[in-house]
Amino acid sequence: MPDPIVVLIEDEPQIRKFLRATLEGQGYRLFEATSGADGVVEVGSRQPDVVIVDLGLPDMDGLDVIRRMREWTDVPVIVLSARGGERDKVTALDAGADDYVSKPFSAGELLARIRVALRHTAGASHEADDAVFQVGSLRVDLLRRQVFVDDKEIHLTPIEYKLLTTLVHHAGKVVTHQQLLREVWGPSHTEQAHYARVYMAHLRQKLEAEPARPRYLLTEPGVGYRLAAE
Amino acid sequence: MSIERPDPEALLARVKAEEARQHRGKLKIFLGAAAGVGKTFAMLEAVREQKADGIDAVVGYVETHGRAETDALLQGLEILPPRMVDYRSTALRELDLDAALARRPALILVDELAHTNAAGLRHAKRWQDVVELLDAGIDVYTTMNVQHLETLNDVVAKITGVVVRETVPDSVFEQADEVELIDLPPDELLERFKDGKVYMPEQAQEAVKNFFRKGNLIALRELALRRTAERVDAQMRVYMHEHAIGKAWPTAERLLVCISPGPESARLVRAAKRMADRLGAPWVAAYVETPGQLQLPADVRDRVTQTLRLAEQLGAETVRLPGEKMSDAILHFAHDRNVTKIVVGKPRRRLWTRILIGSIVDALVQGSGDIDIYVISAEREQQGVPQAPLGRRAIPSDWAPYGWAIAVVAVATGAAWLTLPFFGLANLVDLVMVYLLGIVVVATRYGRGPSLLASILSVAALDYFFVPPVFTFAVSDARYVFTFAVMLIVGLVTSGLAARIRTQAEAARQREQRTAALYAMSRELASTRGADKLLTIAIRHISEVFRSQVVVLLPGPGGALVPAEGGQFTLDSNELGVSKWVHEHHQPAGLGTSTLPGAAALYLPLQAPRGPVGVLGVRPADRHALDAPDQLHQLETFGNQTALAIERAQLADEAQQNQVRMETERLRNSLLSSVSHDLRTPLATITGAATTILENGAKLNDRTRRGLLESVREEAERLNRLVQNLLEMTRLESGALQLRKEWHPLEEIIGAALSRLGKELGDRRVETRVPPDLPLVPIDDVLIEQVLVNLLDNAVKYTPGGSPIRIMATSTGEAVTVEVADHGPGLPRGEEDRVFEKFYRATPGGRGAGLGLAISQGIVKAHGGNIWAQNLPEGGVAFLFTLPLTGKPPASVPADA
Repeated sequence: MPDPIVVLIEDEPQIRKFLRATLEGQGYRLFEATSGADGVVEVGSRQPDVVIVDLGLPDMDGLDVIRRMREWTDVPVIVLSARGGERDKVTALDAGADDYVSKPFSAGELLARIRVALRHTAGASHEADDAVFQVGSLRVDLLRRQVFVDDKEIHLTPIEYKLLTTLVHHAGKVVTHQQLLREVWGPSHTEQAHYARVYMAHLRQKLEAEPARPRYLLTEPGVGYRLAAE
Repeated sequence: MSIERPDPEALLARVKAEEARQHRGKLKIFLGAAAGVGKTFAMLEAVREQKADGIDAVVGYVETHGRAETDALLQGLEILPPRMVDYRSTALRELDLDAALARRPALILVDELAHTNAAGLRHAKRWQDVVELLDAGIDVYTTMNVQHLETLNDVVAKITGVVVRETVPDSVFEQADEVELIDLPPDELLERFKDGKVYMPEQAQEAVKNFFRKGNLIALRELALRRTAERVDAQMRVYMHEHAIGKAWPTAERLLVCISPGPESARLVRAAKRMADRLGAPWVAAYVETPGQLQLPADVRDRVTQTLRLAEQLGAETVRLPGEKMSDAILHFAHDRNVTKIVVGKPRRRLWTRILIGSIVDALVQGSGDIDIYVISAEREQQGVPQAPLGRRAIPSDWAPYGWAIAVVAVATGAAWLTLPFFGLANLVDLVMVYLLGIVVVATRYGRGPSLLASILSVAALDYFFVPPVFTFAVSDARYVFTFAVMLIVGLVTSGLAARIRTQAEAARQREQRTAALYAMSRELASTRGADKLLTIAIRHISEVFRSQVVVLLPGPGGALVPAEGGQFTLDSNELGVSKWVHEHHQPAGLGTSTLPGAAALYLPLQAPRGPVGVLGVRPADRHALDAPDQLHQLETFGNQTALAIERAQLADEAQQNQVRMETERLRNSLLSSVSHDLRTPLATITGAATTILENGAKLNDRTRRGLLESVREEAERLNRLVQNLLEMTRLESGALQLRKEWHPLEEIIGAALSRLGKELGDRRVETRVPPDLPLVPIDDVLIEQVLVNLLDNAVKYTPGGSPIRIMATSTGEAVTVEVADHGPGLPRGEEDRVFEKFYRATPGGRGAGLGLAISQGIVKAHGGNIWAQNLPEGGVAFLFTLPLTGKPPASVPADA
């Protein structure tokens, strides 16, 4: 299998320097762009497997880059954002980004996100064989609709199950409240964020050893939820 | 005369005046001897020149009377639209002062300086409009005739026989920066007049024809020339004085002019002003309030008030002197104040009265010592103002005292009758005494009129009842006539004296009352603190003394005037406008003044030593009560006291604020030094570790290198947290913190905080006790996560390595309480509250800037909750905070099985 291609759209040279070292160290083939316009061109010409975009670009809003790209490609997009801008992150995710890391971030964090992103694209092409999802002591059998923790079956209500499977579908990636509501309850319920929270609380109670210190069902305040994939 | 060094005080005043002049606009007056000499024409020519030089010039108001040549000069000039005022079916054109002030040109033309404005305009006179324009820094060109000068008004009337009503105070003329005399030989002017090119619309045709006679024109021209020359002379003297040149320096003269109720006083005042100007001397206008004067009719007293006002406008100091005899009072005052010259009017009494009773002039001359007395001739006024002879008393409207007079006489008669058996008729003397006693009683209690009646009745009663033949008015012995005559005279004199004493006592009592009122207010103000209390006291006193409703306006937060608490009447927008004007121009306006006289109340500026502090609004019950200058002075005195008190309160406030400011400064310095340290320390580690690896790369073994890199990572994170904290603190302080509250399950936030601190917590035991049925809390999840992170971070920092941490959440119906407890050393006793202060650290020099808890407190408080710390009996400290469950919880989620 050829090495995955990564396009990095980042104007700050120091950040590019260490990202280059990290990504090439992992064996990815890296192409860089220093502005939004150049970045879009690179994405168009290189056909990457994952795109990393900094939200604070000099020439155009990172959001516009994402929107432009989404007009003609589904390539996974990871955004680099400044902490404290939860709104920006949610907007980016709604505009089509798949995940984010907050600056300052550690290399390990970013690599984990990239792995998840690649898995999903790979998974999309491999498809249905992944009928069982496993992380730690949590096992979800999508075919038989059963959930096990430490091999003990846990009974979930239909909505709780739907919620869990949605998270499994996006395993490792962050899912915004809006997304969850849309996918579980339907588009007409996008205003009732507390629905998602209450059901997440139920899920945690049932699946986590310590609901107040979850291992799998992670909360990202202000943004959404993430099901740990590793 | 010796050369005197210029008085430093006077010089300083002059320098200040110079400075003020720099900011003031410059006034140029085009002066003419009469209408038609071409002043407007010359003015327009001058402004065209200015415009050609690039000056921003605008025409405010110009009267061309339809003359073609003048109209032509208006071409190309920017003309401000006039303000149209409706007056009796015509529309009058007036200068639009507010538009001119808004336009703010460098130079504005305003024709006819002496014009009286239509009713409803801010000022009564156009020259007042011009003064306001000058104060705003706008230069003004204007025109006027020599007859419009206040002090020359009567002289011109004498020359021409035409009285011009519109006048301009001499002060305006004297303070003009330039006066250009537009001179036209009388023959030419007459030609113009015959050609119909001269307009004097405010005069009747006949009067105008009388005006334009050659003799008049020559005299007027001379007057104009002379006045202009005097101005030059004055300027020269000022110049000489400033440069201490020359010897023509007058010694200190002081003038005193005596005002009488007669109509010639106005002329006298003007003459005195001219004399004072020539001498360069200060002058005083005095009016002696003898008891006789107090009984004059209201219109005569009004005239005195107006004359005093005129004198004040012309620059005199005005005084009302109490006294028995006019000449004594004046001489006393003159000697007190080192007056050098007294100006008095020619006596009007007939010769024989003067011989008998003596005239004021003679008395003055006799007692003057080394003071010069100037006696100015008093001609009768052209207009027939009825002259009230001195000494006429007001028609009494009250008949009761007369009734009492009759009663007393009756009692006296009765008493006298009773003594008859003892003394017999021969002792008429005793009977006379009884009646005299009666007269004196009536005089002291009821005044002059009743006592006169009593005198006459007493004589009649004595005649009728006691003088033979009894019970007739006939007299048997001629010497009784003498008795009657003397008795009548004595009665009259006594009643006169007693009445005087009474009125004087009354006047003294009134004066004492006023002073006492002022003293009472001052004393109460001095012992009070607090601006609003001061205002209440001031308002109460002023409204009592002046029988008015009072309001005080103070500048509000935006600078605009706002009525303060405790005002006794409300102001509509008009009145507010007047008060605003007063505040800006530091001059009284409103009822009884010549600025905006149509207002419902009088507004005085409250001036304190540091500057204006507000405006005092006074609405008297009697509209004319405040017209007299001395009432106005008294009111101003009360106003000054109030202003001083307000300023004192303000200063006290400022002192307090300064204290607070100093504290803040101290804290800020503390921040700077602390931040500086806390930023540098991690940076030092990062730089050190990184450069070590760079320098010694190959020589280091793997473990050391890894260790150094770990340090770099840790310190970078520490820096990150510090920067976060500083940003959060700034946001909190500047109020930019915006809560996005939604209903969250608390455990979710706790979980997020714990995973954020995963690394720091290491392998400590973290016990969480959150009941599964804990209600949803309305919080901003990002911020409350921050609070938990801060508390947990603290727990990690201040407790030893493996020591456990406990997180608990409980709910009362109204709020949720969260507790983060550790098993560390706990807080120093008594420091439980101080921990939340900015930059406080339990161990000095500890890590972190000490902001975390302060930020947490800010966030919790913004949610309406409380946060506090308490040392635990088993060791360690617990931090607790509450989150109120306000608002309606969301509809419960539909369960599904």
